Amino acid sequence: MATAAAHQTARTHGNAGQEGGIADETYQRVFDATVAADERIEPRDWMPDAYRATLVRQIAQHAHSEIIGMQPEANWITRAPSLRRKAILMAKVQDEAGHGLYLYSAAETLGASREDLLDKLHTGRQKYSSIFNYPTLTWADVGAIGWLVDGAAITNQVPLCRCSYGPYARAMVRVCKEESFHQRQGYELLLALSRGTPEQHAMAQDAVDRWWWPSLMMFGPPDDESAHSAQSMAWKIKRHSNDELRRRFVDICVPQAESLGLTLPDPDLKWNEERGHYDFGPIDWTEFKEVLKGNGPCNEQRITQRKRAHDEGAWVREAAAAYAAKHSPRTEVEQA
Amino acid sequence: MTRQAPAPTAAHTTTAALALGDDALVLSHRLGEWMGHAPVLEEEVALANIALDLLGQARILLSMAGDEDDLAYLREERAFRNVQLVEQPNGDFAHTIARQLYFSTYQHLLYDRLAAGRSPFAGLAAKAVKEVAYHRDHAEQWALRLGDGTDVAHERMRRACTALWRFTGEMFRPLDGLDLDPAGLEPDWLESVGGILGRAGLALPEGPRTGAWTAGAGREGLHTESFGRMLAEMQHLHRSHPGATW
Repeated sequence: MATAAAHQTARTHGNAGQEGGIADETYQRVFDATVAADERIEPRDWMPDAYRATLVRQIAQHAHSEIIGMQPEANWITRAPSLRRKAILMAKVQDEAGHGLYLYSAAETLGASREDLLDKLHTGRQKYSSIFNYPTLTWADVGAIGWLVDGAAITNQVPLCRCSYGPYARAMVRVCKEESFHQRQGYELLLALSRGTPEQHAMAQDAVDRWWWPSLMMFGPPDDESAHSAQSMAWKIKRHSNDELRRRFVDICVPQAESLGLTLPDPDLKWNEERGHYDFGPIDWTEFKEVLKGNGPCNEQRITQRKRAHDEGAWVREAAAAYAAKHSPRTEVEQA
Repeated sequence: MTRQAPAPTAAHTTTAALALGDDALVLSHRLGEWMGHAPVLEEEVALANIALDLLGQARILLSMAGDEDDLAYLREERAFRNVQLVEQPNGDFAHTIARQLYFSTYQHLLYDRLAAGRSPFAGLAAKAVKEVAYHRDHAEQWALRLGDGTDVAHERMRRACTALWRFTGEMFRPLDGLDLDPAGLEPDWLESVGGILGRAGLALPEGPRTGAWTAGAGREGLHTESFGRMLAEMQHLHRSHPGATW
């Protein structure tokens, strides 16, 4: 990555990089001014190493979340209770694979390679969203994921459409459009259950009870414990604090839960007239930290399945590469 | 099934609609099992895409015969009319590709002919033939890569093509309600599949193309052992909540 960065800098700025500190200060000023003016940083622009590294980490982990996130939902494809629901769920999981592809492409504009990032995922050196370490135990979980998990993701991601790094911002515009659609479908699935038989209603309530708190944890640790927040906000990668986004999400969900005819599992949840927001109960940060450390209900299972798919697919990728080498001699020469 | 139409022509249409609909439904289900397990992200997208196309076809075809969900979720194994080929377990990627190559080539020839006809299937076939052409291309491209890639992939592809060969004959048996005899598709199918396998450095397998059992096969509701388990998984939630809507 360092090599790619140096290469791009040299391409954009000639040999100026060799002048050392003074030139770097100039670049830094241009970068700061671009960010201050709310303009976009593009792949060939100079950027601080730490900005590049932060973005690679964040975009990669976002991509990993999309592909690990296929698992809890794909778990129900073969059991979907109607053909219409089955089609919707398949389309959704397919979209997630597509989002993973956009995001790996965005990370690659920063000099990372998809292969290397996947290796980091498989070896636990990069993370994915903690939410996907929870199991999907009933059909209603598919709806709860759509409504709550995708809802939280959208709340997080809409501000990223204005992120200072152009390729990430543009990927987010496409991702958010599709996510909003999934979120509405999840809501509609829960609504059908909630208005269905007593058993279906109970299934929906149980799923919401299990997914509510983990969804609130998706916004990350509280502001006073968030390691990267201040720098990311200064760089305009992030636009709002974790707690601010979490509050916004709760405010959106409460009336939606009411219209669903379902309750949220928080006895402290109530409207605060003075603040103009809902107050809500304390989050179990011990659970959050344990899940992040790998001790959630499905951490082991998710990574094992991902690695197995990758390892068992190695011979297929090797065959495709061998075929390409045999049948595209020009590509072979260019790569040599 | 409960809405058996009185006129014989309609009954024949129902027979064919069920058979073709079950083919698409069952293969779609098998492809859905790949999701989250594919060898590369692009194949997660491609296999899901094909599964979705097939599910769309299944929904139209089953609706021609009755209620799509009643037919998919409330029939038992002996009432399904799909060919045994599509219910075969995914196996490795080569196995899945061989199944796709055999079936999509057949489906492409069939829909191409139906689209040109005047049967009740003409409309569906005209739309579906475009999807199926893409499925066939996908299977062809992978058959070439596996057959003519590495030695390991070649051997896996060869084994897969051989293992599934005995299920290919059933596709060309007569089917009530179609205004064509599927046997007429067979020479083109052999030429097409043989040509692709030839370019992949493989040959058409030898040996019989149907199992030696006079009781019949999938079109008569006689299936292979893994099919019952597949249906158990597919139907269990729907059957656990009789009369519920989803």
